[in-house]
Amino acid sequence: MSDPVPFRPHVAGTQPAYDTPTYGSTHKRHPTQRALRIPHTVTETTGPMFSPSHYPAMPDISRFEGHMAMGERIIVEGTITDEDGRPVPNTMVEIWQANAAGRYHHERDQHDAPLDAHFSGAGRVFTDGGGRYRFVTIKPGAYPWHNHANAWRPNHIHFSCFGPGFATRLITQMYFPGDPLLALDPIFNCVPDEGARERLVARFEIGLTQPDWALGYRFDVVLRGRGATPMESPGEHH
Amino acid sequence: MPIATASQTIGPFWGLIEYPEWADLLRFGATGETMTLTGRITDGDGLPVTDAAVEIWQAAPAASEIFPAYGRSGTDLHGEFRFRTLKPEPVPGLGNFQQAPHFAVTIFARGLLKALVTRAYFDGDAMNDNDPVLCLIEDPARRKTLLARHEGADVWRMDIRLQGADETVFLDV
Repeated sequence: MSDPVPFRPHVAGTQPAYDTPTYGSTHKRHPTQRALRIPHTVTETTGPMFSPSHYPAMPDISRFEGHMAMGERIIVEGTITDEDGRPVPNTMVEIWQANAAGRYHHERDQHDAPLDAHFSGAGRVFTDGGGRYRFVTIKPGAYPWHNHANAWRPNHIHFSCFGPGFATRLITQMYFPGDPLLALDPIFNCVPDEGARERLVARFEIGLTQPDWALGYRFDVVLRGRGATPMESPGEHH
Repeated sequence: MPIATASQTIGPFWGLIEYPEWADLLRFGATGETMTLTGRITDGDGLPVTDAAVEIWQAAPAASEIFPAYGRSGTDLHGEFRFRTLKPEPVPGLGNFQQAPHFAVTIFARGLLKALVTRAYFDGDAMNDNDPVLCLIEDPARRKTLLARHEGADVWRMDIRLQGADETVFLDV
């Protein structure tokens, strides 16, 4: 049996560091030893397959039991590809987020903002054969956190993506264009590369916007590609 | 060429996508040599990490319609995660090498801007001595951080220290 084709290392500067002093929760949780680089085996190059029969899709979380959630209904659509531009088909995408008032439907969220009985804030879809996914949700509100004085998280939607291998697992956050809080947010700004940060910001698209119903945003996700790139030599990235 | 999307923290409220049954990999009816994998996650102060999402993947026994080979467990107020699953089998390494039975383990949490990846092996397994990943760890004390120990019956425990003197070996994959 031939060796599995590994996933490519991340491009330098495009991923955050574990030790990010501006984000207080990293202080006691970041490892101090350098991670051990290992070659990819079937453990890393294969991963779970999810089917809608076991993991039912929840593509429209703007309504609950027939009632509309409060806030601005939005459509979020995008494509999941790998670094070679190939679509990632039939892969599961999970989202979760605060409601329009900036409150999570979660017991640990103590923000003094109203809960919405018609908004759970969690959704799940599968990409189609072309790697496309689509959610209908409510635009999440900003909310305070206690990282530093007068700290506020920008509006964001959490994304959980899987892809073809356990090494392509990705959890990220989608932000909204023009948000003045982005410049002040340690979590967004933990990504050193400006281009990589900007790719976390969804684009408003009038073409995705449904007349008389909801604004549309595009958020494309790229998962790691396979094999070596011509630009890189082994051991260049850590 | 597109570049892989940046990771961001899972944050403190990922419980909205927590489905406790996902920690039971036997829930669709898989049968075989069953086991429990448990452990406690602690931070640099030795305090329990009570808001982590721990995920496991095993390449063998192979995933099927009745065995997802993948699980997700939250940590509780003591920092403990717990999975029910089938005991992993040896899997091919590169070339002619065989890898000792193991789980791939991924940890997401508030304060982790990207996933921490490690593996859980089985203390006492004869294949460990020749496992290509374990053999990359020269310090026996460090290597031991990847060994789940037998707690009796079918329960195996691998505690995970995110930071400090007995820090777990994390993998750059």
